[in-house]
Amino acid sequence: MFKVLERIFKDKIATEQIALTGSDRLRGKIEGSCNSDCLNKCAKACPVKAFQVEGNDYKIDYKKCLFCGKCVEAVAENAAGDLHHSSNDVMPMLIEAGVEATADVLKNKLGRSLHVRHLDAGSCNACDFEMGALSNSYYDLHRYGVAFVASPRHADLLMVTGVVSRNLEQALKMSYEAMPEPKLVMACGACAAGGETYGDTYAIVGAADKVVPVDLYVPGCPPRPSAMIVALLAAADMLKEQM
Amino acid sequence: MSIMKISPEAMHETAHMFSIDNYHPLTAMFGRDETASGLGYTIYMVFENFEKRDMDIAKAVFDPHGHLEYETLTKLVPAAAWFEREIKDMFGIIPKGHPDPRPLVLHENFPEGFFPLRKVVRKNQQERGKREYKMRTSDGEGLFEVPVGPIHAGIIEPGHFRFSQAGESMLQLDAKLFFTHRGIEKAVEGKTPDEALHIVERICGACSVSNTWSFCQAVEKALDVKVPRRAEIIRTLLSELERIVNHVGDIGNMPAGVGFNPAISLGGRLKEQTMRLCEAVAGNRFLRGVIVPGGVRQDITHELIVEIREVLKKVRFGVADMGIMFKEQDSFQNRVQTTGIVPKEVAVDLAMVGVGARASGFAHDSRKDFDYGMYPELDFEVCTHKSGDVAARLLVRLEELEVSFKLVDQLLKLLENCEDNTLKADLAYNGPRESWGISESPRGSNFHYVALDNEGKIDRLFVRSASYANWPAVPFAVTGNIIPDFPLINKSFELCYACIDR
Ligand code: SF4
Ligand code: SF4
Repeated sequence: MFKVLERIFKDKIATEQIALTGSDRLRGKIEGSCNSDCLNKCAKACPVKAFQVEGNDYKIDYKKCLFCGKCVEAVAENAAGDLHHSSNDVMPMLIEAGVEATADVLKNKLGRSLHVRHLDAGSCNACDFEMGALSNSYYDLHRYGVAFVASPRHADLLMVTGVVSRNLEQALKMSYEAMPEPKLVMACGACAAGGETYGDTYAIVGAADKVVPVDLYVPGCPPRPSAMIVALLAAADMLKEQM
Repeated sequence: MSIMKISPEAMHETAHMFSIDNYHPLTAMFGRDETASGLGYTIYMVFENFEKRDMDIAKAVFDPHGHLEYETLTKLVPAAAWFEREIKDMFGIIPKGHPDPRPLVLHENFPEGFFPLRKVVRKNQQERGKREYKMRTSDGEGLFEVPVGPIHAGIIEPGHFRFSQAGESMLQLDAKLFFTHRGIEKAVEGKTPDEALHIVERICGACSVSNTWSFCQAVEKALDVKVPRRAEIIRTLLSELERIVNHVGDIGNMPAGVGFNPAISLGGRLKEQTMRLCEAVAGNRFLRGVIVPGGVRQDITHELIVEIREVLKKVRFGVADMGIMFKEQDSFQNRVQTTGIVPKEVAVDLAMVGVGARASGFAHDSRKDFDYGMYPELDFEVCTHKSGDVAARLLVRLEELEVSFKLVDQLLKLLENCEDNTLKADLAYNGPRESWGISESPRGSNFHYVALDNEGKIDRLFVRSASYANWPAVPFAVTGNIIPDFPLINKSFELCYACIDR
């Protein structure tokens, strides 16, 4: 056992600075050009109506986007521009009416705390696994004063993953009501934020904001752990303002 | 693929023939609405035929205007219990004499008489009403109940558990699941396999590759498409990577059930290393967006092969270290040995699959039982243990990791020597077709059934994930153990709810 611990100390892997860049193939934010005659093809290729045509240009609804790469593929197939996923600018985070927050929130990181309750409202569990990864030694979320708590009664922030299913609608409402004021809600991932992943079915209510008021949206399917951390720190800032 | 058509009265006899006389486990049982083609409602029964390395399929046909009921099979084939309840919820076909007539998938806020998978119901038809769902409890002096969930203390998926306790000992566990039911099987109806792909990939995070692969296999088999060799190698490689990620994550998570922190921490870093590798390979940490019907979308370049080798070499050492940590820690061994036992007979009766089955001495592994991917060409062993306890499930995972590392080595060599650079075959749709696909997910065999209509759109998709087959064993495993061991036992199975619930 001590030999193992010694090896762990020696392999020099330590908690990292949070970086918003990813590996070369990572499908992050969508950038680049798309000829106007290809716009409609992209919109058609998009499985969740996230690729939207506005006049001669496109706009991505990041709340819904699955970062699946189908729009990029459509442009490449038709040689209609250089639309691509950025691997540097991994994922933006949206606050209320679509204002983007950036990594700036990482800079002033002291003097706050945030207690988070996770709620799986109907996820595929990938978002939840990524939340679990936040506590590993690479990300070590606790160093920012953010902690996961066992009950909504102890929480400042409700972190919702997954599209709200009919079977969990009541649990989501009750958890929200059980939280003390001031409280915030974060819709984490394309399901909770955009609600389009599976389309409309008899068993789905929709995005989280159909059931409870949402303050922050984190795009991604699933969002990368670094994106979640940026979002959590922004939430801590918002909470401070409300106090 | 041939399907035996039978009458509802003959279901019993057929199940007896396959399951009791021939010892073939029931892989799946599901309903389908074929009223449009004039056939009526049907119930498919799928049995695994080890000797033929194939599935035996029988289909009972119900007249939609007649009595929609049949004699339950659960008393004969215990593995049918959940399937029958699900068919009742979805199609309204009643298994008479079922030992547990409660609903399964649809909870209290759905009205009685609403059968969502019938074709007359629109995809997004929202019906609200009331139905009863009673939790099973025990009565007696000094007994008490502990309700837990659906929202749990940790970051885990939702399920409601009701423990009947005599002091610390669990007498009985009743679980209410299907909270994350999203109606996925209905959502993909009327879509082409390509259009449905993003949904299938998102049935479950832990087994994305396996779900996608089983689905694509079913489609390809139905349409007689031959997948290029290079694509097969890449798919098999991804599937082994997925197993490594999950097994590493699971062995790192099990110590959380007993508060063994150094092991949790080591497991967490190993898992992160493997997930970063996945992102480098696929562009997504859950390996999404590579497998498509007909083949794969991205190649694995020479640089990536080098990276995979490098990262896995480190992870392999780390896994060996975890093994040492577990072995040398007596207090840990004390907690995991003889805890949460599933005897082999139970594993066979419930038609368990994957790690759960293998840890109870039931050598069930689709990689060996069926011919798919590159597995027939690869050299590997199925790992089993006999004790059926938490320790056995841990050891099976540790040993399988070693097997997977070796498989990846073999696969990378095959990839380097593969001359053919085609990644994808074209699909051509013609006429109504149907078939099944299977792949071994990290949790066990994952079965998909796809029926396409004459325009090549999905008429029925049925998904039986490994977790679905193994969940009924959990209440068995916990009975008689103390309640503080529940998290440990639960983690030793590490079943996902997302792919049970769909
Ligand atoms: S990457 Fe986003 S915008 Fe593009 S097709 Fe996929 S979901 Fe639509
Ligand atoms: S956003 Fe994507 S990863 Fe998250 S729950 Fe939905 S499908 Fe799963």
